Amino acid sequence: MNTVCVVGASLAGLLTARALRAQGYAGRLVLVGEERHRPYDRPPLSKDFLRGAVGEADLALEGEGEELGIEWRLGVAATGLDAVARRVTLSDGTSIRADGIVIATGAAARELPGSRELAGVHTLRTLDDARALRGDLESAKRMVVIGGGFIGAEVAATARDLGLDVTLVESGTAPLAGVLGHSMAEAIATLHERRGVRLMRGAYVTELTGTERVDGVRLADGTHLPADVVVVGIGAIPNTSWLEGSGLELGDGVVCDEGGGTSVPGVVAVGDCAAWFDPAQGDHHRIEHWTGARQRAAVAAATLLSGGTARPEPARPAYFWSDQFDIKIQFIGHARHADSVTVEEGDLADHSFLAVYRQGDRPVAVLGVNQVRLFTRWRRHLETAPVQAG
Amino acid sequence: MIPACPLASLPRGEAFRLEADPPIAVFHTEDGEILAIDDTCTHQDASLADGWLEGCEIECPLHASRFDLRTGRVDAPPAKRPVRTHQVVVEDDVIYVVPSDEEPNLPPGVTLKGQA
Ligand SMILES: Cc1cc2nc3c(=O)[nH]c(=O)nc-3n(C[C@H](O)[C@H](O)[C@H](O)COP(=O)(O)OP(=O)(O)OC[C@H]3O[C@@H](n4cnc5c(N)ncnc54)[C@H](O)[C@@H]3O)c2cc1C
Ligand code: FES
Repeated sequence: MNTVCVVGASLAGLLTARALRAQGYAGRLVLVGEERHRPYDRPPLSKDFLRGAVGEADLALEGEGEELGIEWRLGVAATGLDAVARRVTLSDGTSIRADGIVIATGAAARELPGSRELAGVHTLRTLDDARALRGDLESAKRMVVIGGGFIGAEVAATARDLGLDVTLVESGTAPLAGVLGHSMAEAIATLHERRGVRLMRGAYVTELTGTERVDGVRLADGTHLPADVVVVGIGAIPNTSWLEGSGLELGDGVVCDEGGGTSVPGVVAVGDCAAWFDPAQGDHHRIEHWTGARQRAAVAAATLLSGGTARPEPARPAYFWSDQFDIKIQFIGHARHADSVTVEEGDLADHSFLAVYRQGDRPVAVLGVNQVRLFTRWRRHLETAPVQAG
Repeated sequence: MIPACPLASLPRGEAFRLEADPPIAVFHTEDGEILAIDDTCTHQDASLADGWLEGCEIECPLHASRFDLRTGRVDAPPAKRPVRTHQVVVEDDVIYVVPSDEEPNLPPGVTLKGQA
C-alpha cells in the first residue's frame, strides 16, 4: 500500500492515521478535512469551552511535537468517491488516488427548517458553532434549548451556570429518556429543574419567531417562549451524502462489518459516520460517542492494512460520559435490553448514585452519577464480560 | 515527608488519595510496589485514584488515557502531558510521600488551592 487517504480530520480520522503509523504503515498519508482547523476535541464545546474555562489551544487533539508525516488538506471537502478506482474527488477540483481509504466524516447537527435565516439560532457541532454561540451568550438573557439529548442537556446546564434564564423543550417524557430509560432520566430531569432550568416535557416546537433575529419559539399548544438565543439540539445525521452513487452500501451511516470494513475492499469507515456490525446486539448501528471512535480506530487501521483478514477484538459495550452542572454522568451498555434497574449505591435525590440495569440476573448496562470510582469497577466488569444479544 | 496511611490499610490493587495541594494518589500494585503520582489527570479534573490499575499503569476513569506510575508518562490522548511522580518511603508500616518539587501539570481550569 503506497497511499492512504483519510477523509475527515477529526477524532476518528486522526486516531486512525495515528494507528496506521503505529501499526507500521510508512507510505503516503493524506488527511482531508472540510474544516480549516487542525483536529480538535468536541466534547468541551458544550461544556468547559462554552463556559470559558478552557481555550481553543486546549482542544487540540494532536500530541505536542507529534510527527505523523501527514499531508494535510484542510479547508477542502470530499465531494465524491469512485470506489472502483479508489479516487476521492475534492471541492477544490482536485482528486486523490489512494490504495486505501478511511471514511471518517462524522455527523452534522440536524437543523430545524428555516432556522438558518434567523440570527441567534444555533446548532452545536463545530468549533465555529461554539465560537458563535459563545459570542451570543455574552449578551443573552433568555435561552430556549430545543431537544433534550446530550448536547441540549449540556448546553442548558452550562447556560444556566452562566446565569441565563433557560427553558429546555423536550418532546418526550424527560431529557435523555431514550438512552437512560425513563426512571433514570427522571433523576436527571429533576437535577435540571432543581438547578433552575425550566423543563417543558411532551412539547413540540412548531415555529421559530422573529424577523431578522429570533425572539422566541412557538409550541404546538400555542405557547410562546420568548428567547434571545435558541439552541437546536435535535440529533445528528451522518455525513455520508458525498458517498451517494459511489456504490458503497449506506444505511444510517456507512454499513460496515465488525472490523470497519465496508462493502468495497480497501475502504474502511470509523467514528460517528459508520454503522459497524455489532455481534453482541446482532445489528448494524452507529455509536455517536467519543470512546467508540477511540476504540475502533486501531481496529479499522488493522482491517485496512491486512486487506480485511485481521480478526478484530470483540467490540466492547458502548461507553459515554456527560458533564452537566457539577455532575458527572457515565454510562455503559444498552438500557433497552433491561427489564429492571436498581440503585445499588447512593440516592437518586442526592445526584450521586450508581444504577445497574439487568436482563434477568445479568447486568446489561450501568449508570454512574458522580460515582466515578465505583463506576470504573462496573465498567471493567461489563467490558470483560461482553453483553450478549438477548 | 508527608504521612499518607498505614501500609495495612492499602491492600494490593487499591489506591489512596492524599489531600495535598494538588492531591497525590498512592497506589499499591498487584506486584506489591507502592508508587505515588499526582492524583489529577492532566486532561481534565479527574481523580486518577478512581481509575483502573493494571500492572504499573493507571487508566483515567473518564477518558481512558493511561499513565505509567513509575515515570508519569501518558500513553495516548486525550491527556497529552505526564503527571509528576513522587517518592514513597515506608517506615514502621506507615506510607510516607516525599512530594516532588517540580511544577505540577494541572489540567486547564484547575489551579492550586493556594493560588485560586
Ligand atoms: C458539542 C459536542 C459535545 C460532545 N460531548 C460528548 C461527551 O461528553 N461524551 C462523548 O462520549 N461524546 C461526546 N460527543 C461526541 C463526540 O465528540 C463524537 O463522537 C466524535 O467527535 C466523533 O468523531 P468523528 O471523528 O467520528 O466525527 P466528527 O468529530 O464529527 O468529525 C468529522 C470531521 O469530518 C469533517 N467532514 C465532514 N464531511 C466531510 C467531507 N465531505 N470531506 C472532508 N471532511 C469532512 C467534518 O468537518 C469533521 O471535522 C460530543 C459531540 C459534540 C458535537
Ligand atoms: S480526564 Fe483523564 S483522560 Fe480525560
